[in-house]
Amino acid sequence: MTEPAYHEKAKVLDADGIRRALTRIAHEILEHNKGTAGVALVGIRTRGALLAQRLAQAIEAIDQRPVQVGILDITLYRDDVSRATPQPVVRATEIPFDVTDQDVVLVDDVLFTGRTIRAALNALNDLGRPRTIQLAVLVDRGHRELPIRADYAGKNIPTSRRERVQVRLREVDEAEEVVIEAPAADPAASTPGGR
Amino acid sequence: MATTGALEQGTAAQWTRRHLLGLRELSADDLRLILQTAESFREVSLRPIKKVPALRGKTVVNLFFEPSTRTRTSFELAAKRLSADIVNIAAAGSSLSKGETVLDTVRNLEALKVDLLVIRHAAAGVPHALAKRISASVINAGDGAHEHPTQALLDLFTIQEKKGRIAGLKVSIIGDIAHSRVARSNIWGLTKLGAQVTVCGPPSLLPRHIEQLGVRVVYRLDEAIRDADVLMLLRIQHERQEAVLVPSLREYRLTYGVDQARLAHAKPEVLIMHPGPVNRGVELDSRVADGPYSVILDQVTNGLAVRMAVLYLVAGAPKLDEAEG
Repeated sequence: MTEPAYHEKAKVLDADGIRRALTRIAHEILEHNKGTAGVALVGIRTRGALLAQRLAQAIEAIDQRPVQVGILDITLYRDDVSRATPQPVVRATEIPFDVTDQDVVLVDDVLFTGRTIRAALNALNDLGRPRTIQLAVLVDRGHRELPIRADYAGKNIPTSRRERVQVRLREVDEAEEVVIEAPAADPAASTPGGR
Repeated sequence: MATTGALEQGTAAQWTRRHLLGLRELSADDLRLILQTAESFREVSLRPIKKVPALRGKTVVNLFFEPSTRTRTSFELAAKRLSADIVNIAAAGSSLSKGETVLDTVRNLEALKVDLLVIRHAAAGVPHALAKRISASVINAGDGAHEHPTQALLDLFTIQEKKGRIAGLKVSIIGDIAHSRVARSNIWGLTKLGAQVTVCGPPSLLPRHIEQLGVRVVYRLDEAIRDADVLMLLRIQHERQEAVLVPSLREYRLTYGVDQARLAHAKPEVLIMHPGPVNRGVELDSRVADGPYSVILDQVTNGLAVRMAVLYLVAGAPKLDEAEG
């Protein structure tokens, strides 16, 4: 069970880049929804929840009105639970408002296969009937396996399936960046910094 | 998924056990993982739609060879809220009354491809014996006077919820210790998590050498009440007593029954717990059972979250025939 070694291939966003991306998304959410009325942000644990919190602050700074924020844990809705052993740790869902008739913006760090978002959509449906559900992600790395797309994306990054995208946020990671990592054994990754 | 790596801070243990047979064989980390998972499941029962799809397609059998309302219902609702299918079998209406052995009954259930077996039996060790012989996961819902792990887990959860911690607390377990699987499981769980346990009861109801489990033994109720943060009362079990071990219920009440006068010597924020069903007016006076320090109904509510956590964790452990994964 040793993790294959990964090494950093490229830094795609630094702290300023993340801040600017979130500010732009905040503006886009406000523009698209014509203000904050009825808008609720729901972040997917763990880093989506942190990003939702930051987006809420950004929106509040622009519009001078508070936005509701909730946290969704999608572990119980994953489609690989019986395949993943042992069971992933379940954390609490904390959505202190009724999502029914709200314009819910789901927030996650990376959009990849789309399976996390599929699970989040099912989880939200069990909590109520939102008027709309929109999706905001910091990074869209492609390789979708389901018909899902982001309404707001901080950055689109072309990646290989074998690479991984690490979003590090200062609240939990002692760093503030988005990097692409390639497996060490990957011959295509033998030129660090290259595409 | 997309971002793997150094995620999920603060969780040491991972659950890899196929069965939950008792608290004796669990580590402190195992116990903490169950309590933490139960904490997350509590919210599910507060939703308008009290159901999550985590165990969709799994089949659970409640196999109860002894009567039970609380535990059986709690497991049934826990399984349903996780979207598992559940079948209830009571010994009275089954082939066991026709002379079939427990192992044959269970092998037949196994032939029907059940995934989890929740079992209660009057003989100690039955769940352990079955666990060695079948591929389904076994959860002990009480075996004789041996263990009742999910009851002790919900007691731990309730203490943690109300007191904010377990380590360092003084917990007194009062009553029929000798016949109590609840007491035994609680002693294992509480001591592993760092509580100081005292047991109290008439000598005829205290097992010899019980202090070897790391508990203090007292015979006077006032000594058990003084300094205790938690009082755990046990039911006088008429059905499990072959011999007459207490002269009368009236005498038991006078010597070991907890009422308001007795509680005058207790700590101000003492918790009153009872695994149920309560013999009102015997081990516990009604005014105490319904009083401000009683958390008896919180125990029942928490039992559901704890059993959801146990079903979820055990269902995810690898099966024998697919141990490769």
